[in-house]
Amino acid sequence: MSSLQVSVYRYNPETDSAPYMQEFQIDTQGRDLMVLNILTMIKDQDSSMAFRRSCREGVCGSDGMNMNGTNGLACITPLSAVVKDNKLVLRPLPGLPVMRDLVVDMGLFYKQYERMQPYLQNDTAAPAIERLQSPEERDKLDGLYECILCACCSTSCPSFWWNPDKFVGPAGLLQAYRFLADSRDNATQARLAELEDPFSLFRCRGIMNCVAVCPKGLNPTRAIGKIREMLLSNAT
Amino acid sequence: MVTNITNLGRSGLSDWLLQRVSAVVLALYTLFVVAYLLFHPNLDYAAWSGLFAQTWMRIFSLLAFISMAAHAWVGLWTVSTDYLKHTGVRFGFQAIVILAIFVFLVWGVQVLWGA
Repeated sequence: MSSLQVSVYRYNPETDSAPYMQEFQIDTQGRDLMVLNILTMIKDQDSSMAFRRSCREGVCGSDGMNMNGTNGLACITPLSAVVKDNKLVLRPLPGLPVMRDLVVDMGLFYKQYERMQPYLQNDTAAPAIERLQSPEERDKLDGLYECILCACCSTSCPSFWWNPDKFVGPAGLLQAYRFLADSRDNATQARLAELEDPFSLFRCRGIMNCVAVCPKGLNPTRAIGKIREMLLSNAT
Repeated sequence: MVTNITNLGRSGLSDWLLQRVSAVVLALYTLFVVAYLLFHPNLDYAAWSGLFAQTWMRIFSLLAFISMAAHAWVGLWTVSTDYLKHTGVRFGFQAIVILAIFVFLVWGVQVLWGA
């Protein structure tokens, strides 16, 4: 029994009035392939199938999708990790507008990321060569800088589903803390002021869906807690 | 920065802190009342009203009522902004919640000091 039953979310706004699930039978020849391999085999059967992919090794973050109910990167998710009863259900990342098939509009996600001003800001005079950082200061950035912006975390977060225009989401907040924690950045007060309202950061309810799905093993919930501590010590 | 004017503290940080502090007060009050009931199995009206006749119990109760009011305002405001997308419906719900909280609070004061 090497034929896998794959059910894929299909939607072409130019021809379909509503999305539907299409069934495919894929012969894996008993191999434990990655989900992305299955998608390319589907595309061989039906060339109209649309999905994003690029590096196929978990670095570019293009092929985030919902596989049997859990968000992840198709390129580094083996079938053995997601397939149950020989069935695989592939859907686009939840909560973002679908452009076509498994391709979602990431606009809101990027807008929240941009709001966090994800670049170093320092208004002191630039030194002759570079701003130095001690190994201990550099260590604080571990677990923060590795994010590849695949959106698996933010699109698994109900708070982001309900208010994607106001709640920054786990990915953006992880990056916000990445710059708050950076010894070379001194825009701390402005960054904290942007996050103090009831939505931007505080809509996080700590359910840790983000931590459960992050393909890079990062922990946005901990970063959000750290920002909360900074806000609290700043304001009490 | 997202502007909000119907939440309790006008700030996510202050709402968050109020929510946690009020939760601790409510937990302590609940523990106290449950423990009191467990240690007084044959509770009668005289003992119960005697407990609430003492000033410290009235202060503790009022603190719990105010905590309940703050906790409910923050919590239900959050629920309304998650699930009620129509501005009129959301504002109407928030107004009813705040009115109900006000009524219960005044009523609670009357119960504590009126008897």
